[in-house]
This record gives sequence, C-alpha cells and structure tokens, in this order.
Amino acid sequence: MRETAELIRKEFLLEIRQRYAINGILLYVFSTIFVVQLCFGRVIDEKTWIALFWVILLFAAFNAVSKSFIQEASARRLYYFMIASPLSVVVSKMVYNSLLMLVLGALSLGLFTVFMGFPGLYAGLFAPAFLLGCIGLASALTMVSAIASRSGNNAALMAILGFPVVLPLLLLLVKASQRALTGTVEFAELLRLLSAIALIDLVVVLLAVILFPYLWRD
Amino acid sequence: MIRNMWWKVLGLLLVLYSIIAGLLIDVPALPVIHQTIRNLFYHVSMWFAMFVMLGTSFIFSIRYLSGFRMKDDLMASGAVYTGIFFGLMGLMTGMVWAKFTWGDFWTNDPQLNGAAVSMMAYLAYTVLRGSIDEVAMRARISAVYNIFAFMLLVIFLGVLPRLADSSLHPGKGGNTSTMEGLDMTMRMVFYPAALGWVLIAFWLLQLHTRRRALIQGIH
Repeated sequence: MRETAELIRKEFLLEIRQRYAINGILLYVFSTIFVVQLCFGRVIDEKTWIALFWVILLFAAFNAVSKSFIQEASARRLYYFMIASPLSVVVSKMVYNSLLMLVLGALSLGLFTVFMGFPGLYAGLFAPAFLLGCIGLASALTMVSAIASRSGNNAALMAILGFPVVLPLLLLLVKASQRALTGTVEFAELLRLLSAIALIDLVVVLLAVILFPYLWRD
Repeated sequence: MIRNMWWKVLGLLLVLYSIIAGLLIDVPALPVIHQTIRNLFYHVSMWFAMFVMLGTSFIFSIRYLSGFRMKDDLMASGAVYTGIFFGLMGLMTGMVWAKFTWGDFWTNDPQLNGAAVSMMAYLAYTVLRGSIDEVAMRARISAVYNIFAFMLLVIFLGVLPRLADSSLHPGKGGNTSTMEGLDMTMRMVFYPAALGWVLIAFWLLQLHTRRRALIQGIH
C-alpha cells in the first residue's frame, strides 16, 4: 500500500519535472477541440457533440497513456523490478493514468462547453458514466501500453492493440450519453447501463492485476 | 489408426451430411428469408467453430502462463490462426446472406460490428506476435494479450448485442425470434453441421501445429 502510494507520488513528480509532456497533451486536446469548432461551427446537434466528445477523449487518452510504460527505458524498468512488486507498479500506473484522464476529460468537457455549448445531458447518468469511462479507458490503455512496450515497434502496436480493447467501453459510453440526452432516465435503465460500464472496468482492472506480473518479468 | 482417426471421419461425414441434407430438407417458409434460411447451417456453424477455436486458444494461453511449455504456445497461436480463418468464413457467408435478405453486404448491426472488431483484435494478435523476436517473450506477451482478446470476444458477441436497442439477428436486442423458433427438421441438420465443423476445425488445428512443430523442432 505504501509502496503504491510512493509510486503514485513518483509519477506526479516525474510529470511535474518533465512538464512538456503534460503540456503537450493539454495543447493537443485544446487544438483538436478548436479545430472541431472551426470545422463544425458553433452549433452542432447533440448526437454529433457526444460522438466528437468521446472520440476526442479517446485519442487524448491514447496520447496521454501510451507513454506510461513506453517512456521508461529498460534500465529503469529493471530498477523498478528489483525494488517494487508488480502489483503496486500496475496499480500505481492505473491510478495515476485514471487521475490524468479525469483531468483531461474535465478539460475537454469545459472546452466543449465553451466552444460548442452543453447539450443538457442528464447529470445523474452522464456524470457517473463519465467517471467510470475515464477510469476504464485509462486502465485498459495502461495495460495495452504495458503489452506494447515489450514489443519492437510499440507506437503502431499501441494503436492496433488498444483500439479493439477500448471499443466496447467506448460504445457503451456513447450509448449512455445518448440515453442521457432524453432527460431523466428511469432508475432500472440507469443501473443497467452503469453496471455494464462498471463491469467492463472491473474485468479490465482484474485482468490487468492478474496478468501484469507475466509482462513484467524478463 | 481407427482409434485416432474416428473423429476426423465423423467430422467429414457430418459436414457432408449437413451439405446434402441442408439442401434437400423442407424448410419453413418464412417472410424475407425464404429459402436462404438454409444458409443457417453453414453460416452459424462457422461461428461455432470459430468460438470453439478461440476458446481452445484461451485455455492454452492460460496453460502456457501456468507452465511455460512451448507446446502450449504453439497450440494457442495455432488455434487463433484457425479461429481467424473460420471467423473470416463466417463473415463472408454472413455477408452473402445479408445481401439477399437485408439488401446489403454490410448493415450497422451490433452483432456484425462486434464480429468485425473481434476479428480486428485477433488480427492485432498476429501482428503482436510478428513484432517480438525473442521466442519465450513472444509466447508470454501474446498469451497475455490473447486472454484480453477472448474477454473482448465474450463481451462483443455475448453481452453488447443483448444490450443493443435493435438487431437484425435473432434473439438479440428487441428481435424476438430465437433459436427456440428453429423447427425440428432444421435442428436435425444444424446441430450435426455445427459439430462437424468444430471437428474439422480441430483437425485443421492439428495439421497446423504439427507442421509448425516440425519446422520449429518442438515436441
């Protein structure tokens, strides 16, 4: 537990020291949304808003998370291997990336609202779906990044391995957001959608925790 | 010889039976699908064979991770390649069927999209294997990804279509006709057909892994 907390602290420290990485991602999100505003104009219908929002967040997630294992040189990986348990390494990375995704998601949401307005999504469904979605995207991509980092050309692999893995989650998120458009959603429906998303999150996290030790050792 | 061969012969006989009987039996006259319902014997069997192959691969990947025997990796990867083959056959037979019943080769159906994305995940598996040179590492990393991919397959073909609002496939999201609607004569052909193709798939897997084992010198 302490080990995990220490590793999370290390991630934050690294991020603050190499500020260009986080700045790059923030700028990436900003410019993509700005381009969308230029191309679509200020008024877009709600379905397009939802689709664009999740697609942009997906690509931002790819950019933000893919570096989490790939950036680390093999010597440093060996060092972590000596001092930390694989469980705390993967959990710390997933927690850190989830927090990063929540920040990126909140920023995108803000920028979308500024540039294109907010389509009045029912918060009772959208907010938890958004929260679970960011955590799920971050965890799934963390694991994919760990897989890709062990192979030869990892930038291309990250995309082809990650895309199918996050797609079920993305489809459910878009579906939940579209359902949130209709105003209040009855409780059973809400529970069904959210539990499906939470289930995928849970499966991804569990698999990552079980399988990561096999990726970790040499 | 008979002892080792019987299931191959059985597979061949069942497939032969399903082809002949599938074209000869009386099928219920349903609107829209009419006689094309006979494709059910061939199209759905492909998916059965694919699912069994990918499931086999999943089991062998777990076995590899628990024992690190190269033979398990050979079986796991061979089963994925065989599964991809049957998946592509399933997509093709489905597309032909879709053209004659729904009017288009591809429709925006959750089952279709799920099948396509699962195929993509397994094709990514083959790329992943190609990109790692070291043999033991390749086996280990691809086993981990394979377990992820199988989970994806189950979510895509088992969970998401049932959550969907509308589907053209029977038994999924809002579409009320199910396999239970299949009449007795059709079941008499469909189950043997599915079993036959599964056996053929195992035969293909055996040939594939034997050849690769000879090349790589694994026993």
